Amino acid sequence: MSVIEAKSVSKIYNPDTIPVHAINDVSLTIEEGEFTAIVGPSGCGKTTLLNMIGGLDSVSEGHISVSGVNIADLNEAALTDFRLKNIGFVFQSYNLIPVLTAKENVEFVMLLQQSHQSAMDERADELLTKMGIKEVSQRRPAELSGGQQQRVAVARALASKPKFILADEPTANLDSHSTESLLDIMAKMNEEEKATFIFSTHDQRVIDKARRIITLEDGRIVSDEKK
Amino acid sequence: MNFKLAWRNIWRNKKRTWITASSIGFAVFFACVMQSMQLGSYERMIDNSVRFLTGHLGVHQLDYWDEKILDNSFPEETLTELNLGHESIIMGVPRITSFALASYGDKTKGALITGVDLSLEAQFSYLENKLREGVYHTDNGALIGAGLSEYLKLGVGDTLVLLSQGYHGVNAVGKYPVAGVLKFPVPDLDQSAVYLPLGIAQTFFGAEGMITSYSVLLDDPDATEQVQSQLIGDSDVYEAMTWKEMMPDLVQGIELDYYGGLVMVYVLYGVIGFGIFGTFLMMTKERTYEFGILNSIGMKKSRIQRMVAIEILLLSFLGVALGLIAASPIVVYFWANPILLTGETAAAMEKFGYEPIMPFALDPQVFYDQGISILLIALFLGVYPMLAIQQLKIIKALKE
Repeated sequence: MSVIEAKSVSKIYNPDTIPVHAINDVSLTIEEGEFTAIVGPSGCGKTTLLNMIGGLDSVSEGHISVSGVNIADLNEAALTDFRLKNIGFVFQSYNLIPVLTAKENVEFVMLLQQSHQSAMDERADELLTKMGIKEVSQRRPAELSGGQQQRVAVARALASKPKFILADEPTANLDSHSTESLLDIMAKMNEEEKATFIFSTHDQRVIDKARRIITLEDGRIVSDEKK
Repeated sequence: MNFKLAWRNIWRNKKRTWITASSIGFAVFFACVMQSMQLGSYERMIDNSVRFLTGHLGVHQLDYWDEKILDNSFPEETLTELNLGHESIIMGVPRITSFALASYGDKTKGALITGVDLSLEAQFSYLENKLREGVYHTDNGALIGAGLSEYLKLGVGDTLVLLSQGYHGVNAVGKYPVAGVLKFPVPDLDQSAVYLPLGIAQTFFGAEGMITSYSVLLDDPDATEQVQSQLIGDSDVYEAMTWKEMMPDLVQGIELDYYGGLVMVYVLYGVIGFGIFGTFLMMTKERTYEFGILNSIGMKKSRIQRMVAIEILLLSFLGVALGLIAASPIVVYFWANPILLTGETAAAMEKFGYEPIMPFALDPQVFYDQGISILLIALFLGVYPMLAIQQLKIIKALKE
């Protein structure tokens, strides 16, 4: 079952002056449970494509459907709500809320969804345990290492059981040990929670772990391989 | 959650929070102190004038205020017809006032003759406190201004001759021993005032039992209009005038000064407002990326706005509280211990008939007004972050 369908998607910056085709006629389908890496050199459009799939950026041409919903049809508030319920985000710089503890950060998205406190507690504890950071659950981000912060970010992204998780260069700021560890955890989550992961990366270790590799060049898909 | 986030957010950058709260607090402090000083000086000015000249309310015969002559006086015994039972009335004093020529030796000068109940007057206008020489309480003597005493070259024990036209045109002539010399700060009064016991003055003017005014003192000046409406009932013989009606110059002077002070306060609001706005601007710019992240993970802009609004509210409350806490002891202290003025300032104030002190008003309204004003300014300036969040573009924010 496909969770994402992109058809002839283009992103053109400065269409009225000097048009720049950041994404050029890209079509792809992501199935539930995939562990996909979008790779390519810097400036090839990986982040732009991820942003459009995540509803953070608009498409210039074509359309993107998530679980059958054309996200271009949603207004701003509805799109925010849609992201909240369907998409988990992991950013390169972790981007945790600095004033909340690790556990509160994990609970945050569930809180926005108005989940019950006991359900939030249970889910946050479960995820933090699976991430191996239960013991630091009461610490704030500034008191955590980069690897720990990124694990909290992954836990936050998974907390509300979204349809898929978009991770933009999730290992770019991590050392090799933290990267390995994070990838293992995400692979485990992919297995256990059937969570769909889509990464943008040029980290070979991520590419090695991915089961599908989509390669972009100059805004076009030049290869799409499944292992 | 919004509150928890907001509360923790404001303590994220403690230095900035304290700077913002302090700038708000300074505005509240300065505005409170300034206004308390301003209102205090008005209160003192009004109290001085009311006690010495008119009372909060003055009862006269209907035509007296337009034509201040003895023929428009009224019998003292009719005071029983006044409704003096209002709880705000502290006391009242009867007075008979007219002009006369005052003479001693070969010198003569125009004088303002006021017949008063010396005991009541001592409590009402603190006239006894003006005594510089001789005795205050006298049965048949005169108390005269020091300036007049100097001009006529007469002192305590000398005999003052008064010559005037009395009630209904009778000749008024009398000789009175000088019992005391009073010192008035207002030169005009100092050079012309003659006080006689009420009965003596009535006899001098041939107006036995008559008075020209009955001045009423209230403990709550705000009740003036209410008491005025009850004081004389439906009488078509008397009128009760408020001090504002009797001293329009004083009211205008106070209003002029008040609006001048208000301009100062507005300038202060403006300066502080720019400071607060600068902080809000910085806070918004610094956190644009964070707002972008929150929005991208599913926090609606309206919820981000609520969170920031709570932060602004908390910051403003903190600032206002700081200002009020700092201002209260200062205002209370100077209310209890007015600043004593010296030198030329003191001389200038005395010349205008006021004590050379800078009194403070202890009016809760001052704190309330200034607190609310600064709070409203801060909240108004808080509209900017709200608009900035409303116009947030996630992609642009994430590139900040």
